[in-house]
Amino acid sequence: MATRDVHERSHEIPPKASIKLGPTQDEEVFGNAFSGQVVGRFLKYVMAYKALLWVAITAVLVFTITSIAIPLIVRNVYDDALKEGAGDRSKLAVMVIAFLIAIGFNFVANYLQELIVGRVAERILIDMRRAMYSHLQRISLSFMDKTEIGKLMSRLQGDVAALQEFLQTAVFALGDLVLLIGIIGAMIWLDWRLGLMTLAVLPTLFIIRIIWLPYARRSFLRARVTSSIVSGALAENINGIRAVQGMSREYVNYDLFDIRATDNLKAANRASKFGVMMLPIVDTLTGAAMAIIVIMGGFFVLGGTIEVGVMVAFVLFVQRFFDPIRALTMHYNVLQRAMASGERIFEVIDVPVDIADKPNAIDPDEIDGSIKFENVTFGYLPNQPILKNINFEVKPGETVALVGPTGSGKTSTTALVHRFYDIWEGSVKVGGYDVRDVTQDSLGRHVSMVLQEPFLFSGTIFENIKYAKDDATREDIVAAAQAVGAHEFIMKLPEGYETELEQRGGNLSLGQRQLISFARAIVADAKILVLDEATASIDSYTEMLIQQALQRLMEGRTGMVIAHRLATIRGADRIIVLQDGEIIEMGNHDELMELGGLYSRLYSMNYASFDDIPDELIQQATQAAEGTST
Amino acid sequence: MRITRMALQYRWRLFAGLITIFLASGFQLAIPILIGSAVDAARSLDGNNVEIANGMVVSAIDEITGVFGEGSDPAKTALIIIAVLLFIMSVGRGLSAMIQNYMGESIGQAIGYELRMLYYEKLQRLSFSYHAGVHTGDLITRGIIDVEGVRMFVQTALLRTVFLIVLIGTGMYLMLSEDLTLGLISLSFVPFVAWRATAARLKLRSNWYQLQERLSALTKVMDENLGGIRVVRAFASQDHEMKKFDEASNETLALANIQVGIRASNISLMGVAFMLAMAAVLWVGGLKVIDGELSPGELTQFLAFMSILLQPVRQIGMMINGYARGSATGGRLFAVLDLVPEIQDKPDAKDLVISKGTLEFHNVSFGYEGEHTLNGVSFKVEPGHTIGIVGPPGSGKSTIAHLVPRFYDPIEGYITIDGQDLRDVTLDSLRKAVGVVEQDTFLFTASVEHNVAYGDPWAPDDRIELASKYAQLGDYIERLPSGYNTLVGERGVSLSGGQRQRLSIARSIMLKPKLIVFDDSTASIDAATEQRIRAALTDLTKDRATIIISHRLSSLMHADEILFIEQGNIVERGTHEELLALGGHYNDLYELQIRPTEFDSAHRESEGRDNDGGGS
Ligand SMILES: Nc1ncnc2c1ncn2[C@@H]1O[C@H](COP(=O)(O)OP(=O)(O)OP(=O)(O)O)[C@@H](O)[C@H]1O
Ligand SMILES: Nc1ncnc2c1ncn2[C@@H]1O[C@H](COP(=O)(O)OP(=O)(O)OP(=O)(O)O)[C@@H](O)[C@H]1O
Ligand SMILES: [Mg+2]
Ligand SMILES: [Mg+2]
Repeated sequence: MATRDVHERSHEIPPKASIKLGPTQDEEVFGNAFSGQVVGRFLKYVMAYKALLWVAITAVLVFTITSIAIPLIVRNVYDDALKEGAGDRSKLAVMVIAFLIAIGFNFVANYLQELIVGRVAERILIDMRRAMYSHLQRISLSFMDKTEIGKLMSRLQGDVAALQEFLQTAVFALGDLVLLIGIIGAMIWLDWRLGLMTLAVLPTLFIIRIIWLPYARRSFLRARVTSSIVSGALAENINGIRAVQGMSREYVNYDLFDIRATDNLKAANRASKFGVMMLPIVDTLTGAAMAIIVIMGGFFVLGGTIEVGVMVAFVLFVQRFFDPIRALTMHYNVLQRAMASGERIFEVIDVPVDIADKPNAIDPDEIDGSIKFENVTFGYLPNQPILKNINFEVKPGETVALVGPTGSGKTSTTALVHRFYDIWEGSVKVGGYDVRDVTQDSLGRHVSMVLQEPFLFSGTIFENIKYAKDDATREDIVAAAQAVGAHEFIMKLPEGYETELEQRGGNLSLGQRQLISFARAIVADAKILVLDEATASIDSYTEMLIQQALQRLMEGRTGMVIAHRLATIRGADRIIVLQDGEIIEMGNHDELMELGGLYSRLYSMNYASFDDIPDELIQQATQAAEGTST
Repeated sequence: MRITRMALQYRWRLFAGLITIFLASGFQLAIPILIGSAVDAARSLDGNNVEIANGMVVSAIDEITGVFGEGSDPAKTALIIIAVLLFIMSVGRGLSAMIQNYMGESIGQAIGYELRMLYYEKLQRLSFSYHAGVHTGDLITRGIIDVEGVRMFVQTALLRTVFLIVLIGTGMYLMLSEDLTLGLISLSFVPFVAWRATAARLKLRSNWYQLQERLSALTKVMDENLGGIRVVRAFASQDHEMKKFDEASNETLALANIQVGIRASNISLMGVAFMLAMAAVLWVGGLKVIDGELSPGELTQFLAFMSILLQPVRQIGMMINGYARGSATGGRLFAVLDLVPEIQDKPDAKDLVISKGTLEFHNVSFGYEGEHTLNGVSFKVEPGHTIGIVGPPGSGKSTIAHLVPRFYDPIEGYITIDGQDLRDVTLDSLRKAVGVVEQDTFLFTASVEHNVAYGDPWAPDDRIELASKYAQLGDYIERLPSGYNTLVGERGVSLSGGQRQRLSIARSIMLKPKLIVFDDSTASIDAATEQRIRAALTDLTKDRATIIISHRLSSLMHADEILFIEQGNIVERGTHEELLALGGHYNDLYELQIRPTEFDSAHRESEGRDNDGGGS
């Protein structure tokens, strides 16, 4: 791809808008190879499959023992059945049968260990993912606001898989350990002198590994970090592809991505170097061990102190001896990665659910639909209140409108009705109950919302309107769609209600998505309906039709409506004007118009264009709005 | 296979890898021979027996025995020499294995890098029509997991396969030439393993595809749940969401279990086949030794050969997995790489030359899937002029906006800027000249500054601040504790709806477009702020063609021409006054929005009555 001048420039001065770094370095702890806490908690998940795991561990042990037994049998073949000049067929037959039996056990044990360990690991993977996922369903929104979905997804996928891998290795590592001990034991039992001589190479290996480890670890870590950066950059570009193409960022992004991918390539190559470095070392030591066996063992044989079968067994053992060592050091890597992953997973699971139901929270079946804010102060960040001392009351069946300049706190107010966040001071009461005293589920049932941003799920239109209301009938859904004026366009789609929506409803226009999300709130059939600019992307005519239909639906229900197009809320029983997080005016349309405050100015703005309006009116409005910001 | 072809580019590394493969297998196979002779040497009380051993070793021994002088025991000398040779062979094996593995990995990484770049590039080029139809989670998974799959395949399978073939092939030859019957017996497991391998590979592959599909369904569920977390909370639908999760998750579990089953039976069957062959060798070979037809050393050689082959045989099992995965993931990846973007530069495309900046739609028709969304739309915007577009939801307004930067191509008719058909100019020059403030704002998870400067990454700070001021966002940002470095959260969650829209306006202003389209980009902004934005922008839009799509008529009543769109047709057009005079749809909207009194008081009275009724 021709990268044009951008390529050169991007290396000189970094471009302003840099691709975010994905999971950041500081997040990747230089994980301990072993963290008792992580392992302990992990064990709890494992313990659910205790019985199966015991079978698996037995299988691993049987497998290991038979693996050790096989060279020993071969040795006996040599020493008993194939004695020089004294070959014995029947002994040979016995040995071969013993061999066959060992193979039989080996086979069954091998199958069982692979099968059980594999399946249990899959199950635990799912259990852990589920634990994390269901916890995420409860964690407060203030945590979710700060957390990138991509990162959570990588915990739900990558980190969980790393722990799964760990479990698998842990069981096999146990086998390796037993194998190693078994081999050492067998060698010493066969001939302790030769055994010890052979084992003399081991300390060297350990020393080399101890020197090697910190370097290797760092290089592996670096490879992992750069790789997650690359993934993050890729994900960002895919999610924002429309913005990327619309603003012709392709070249810059390509170059930035190239820098990151090249970093990763280098780091990965470096890590490979450290990885393969161990091969000749291990092989050299194997060679040394074999040389020792050949020389010393040979001399012993010549001297008649040991039989030749012992030497053969030794040679066979040495070949296997280094396999578990190599495997164990590989497991070390897995272990380390698993600890880092485990920490990240438990970090999510440990995020306190700061908005939890009280133990004695009530779950009222019916509420009257009143809403009451008493001296409510609230903010997202410490010391930065967004809503200040808010007081208002909505009576059952009333419709109240929230109006105000952008960023004045309207959406935040509605979020509190549903207890998305906990307030700092004061109280919010819904149906006469403090929202902190009732269950969140009951709030969900009694308050339904059309959010400012219409989010739809993949799936059919039907499923989207029905959403969580499992007992809604087809008629309910069609009626809701009709009420919001969506029925007509839905029926025009080739598959009608069964039309599959793309991600986030991408194959509908924004207004259409808003209508569907509106219909979804109606189907929920709640006592309180919150409409946060539910008709912002809908023309006034369609809106009027919706309002007419709503009048029937809203009977006996409480409404809380936010709109910038003031014509939308003229009919509200009460209008609350918010500015900079404070209520500055309250009353019905006529009263507020008479008052001549912010509302009346905003209202006149709405039906006039700035050319028509006398300059001082703009001035006023401008100042008024600026008042928000100073 | 295509991946193999890609690997062929790295000729030198491949070559080095191959050479070391031969070396490594040579060393590897020399080891059993040496061990065999060592056994015989040790057994022989008389040095002559050494000659039973392989010729190469014997001659070496003979040569060096001379050096040792007469006094030494030839058997011991032979042992020492064999030991030295063994050591050298082992070191040689280690070194060549190291080079071979490194070559394999570095080719794998290079190919991984290459694929990643190709994939990234391809995704950037694929047009909206493609992106609309695929889930982002899927695309991300492909870019991460599938690239990784191919890389692992190249790294472990490609050179390794050659190595195993060479190793097993030479091993077979050596064993067969040593003793035909015993050789045949010890190799009897090979056809069985080969058969299992092929059968399992096919099964694993189709299973792999299914599993990936289920996994991506699961990803979708989780991704959307987290992305739509506010909806989930608003409807208190955690249970519903957990049910969706469990369904998707259990489906993957079932498939994963099948996979584990295939692997377990495969590995254990291959292992047992091998061991059975070993038992047979032991029996037949043992009999031969008893009959004196074979020396124990030779039998050891066979056994040592076999145990050297044990590892490769196990690896075949693993590699089948690798092959299955490699071809499945490679297939999916190449399917994307092979796509041809629907919209791309013509070979002879020229840069757009803007003399004035007049945009013209000539009888444009367009449809997303079959049905027409726009029918014969024609209009013209001159620099300094504004076109306003209104219409009900789904009438095709955003579609018009999407055609201007050529996110899609018209099915009929054509669009020109200063007389140049959009299809004849380069996309890059076009998109730099056209700024669209999208209706559905997307913000990056980055600081305010990075978001504003997204389209002009080298912009100086003062330009960023100016653009933010124009969009009436400057004051707000400056009040924030970290100012322009404040992070906006994912998709801008920590901003209010209106703030997001203003940020997106600021971002588009930064591009200094010659032609600007506002797609309902002030819907969440109050009228006063909007007025101020427009007042600030009059400077900018003075000599540019502007299209304003809005539901709020005050935003566009001063446009030079207003189009009322319904179901993809322009049903009314003219200036504000003309349209009012026409008394059609536009007039209705106007009455509803602008003249509250008559239209509304009647309306409100009825409402009042309803409320009374409801209240009492
Ligand atoms: N999740 C959040 N984290 C931090 N700050 C937030 C968050 N949501 C909103 N804010 C800030 O709180 C203030 C009020 O936002 P809110 O969404 O309530 O405004 P609004 O009145 O709904 O505005 P608009 O009309 O633009 O939608 C804004 O300054 C916004 O930046
Ligand atoms: N990516 C897509 N794939 C298929 N159909 C689509 C796609 N995008 C939009 N449509 C359909 O095309 C029609 C026109 O959509 P468009 O977004 O242009 O409407 P709009 O006039 O902008 O509406 P709104 O006022 O709601 O924004 C709608 O019926 C919509 O369902
Ligand atoms: Mg809001
Ligand atoms: Mg639109």
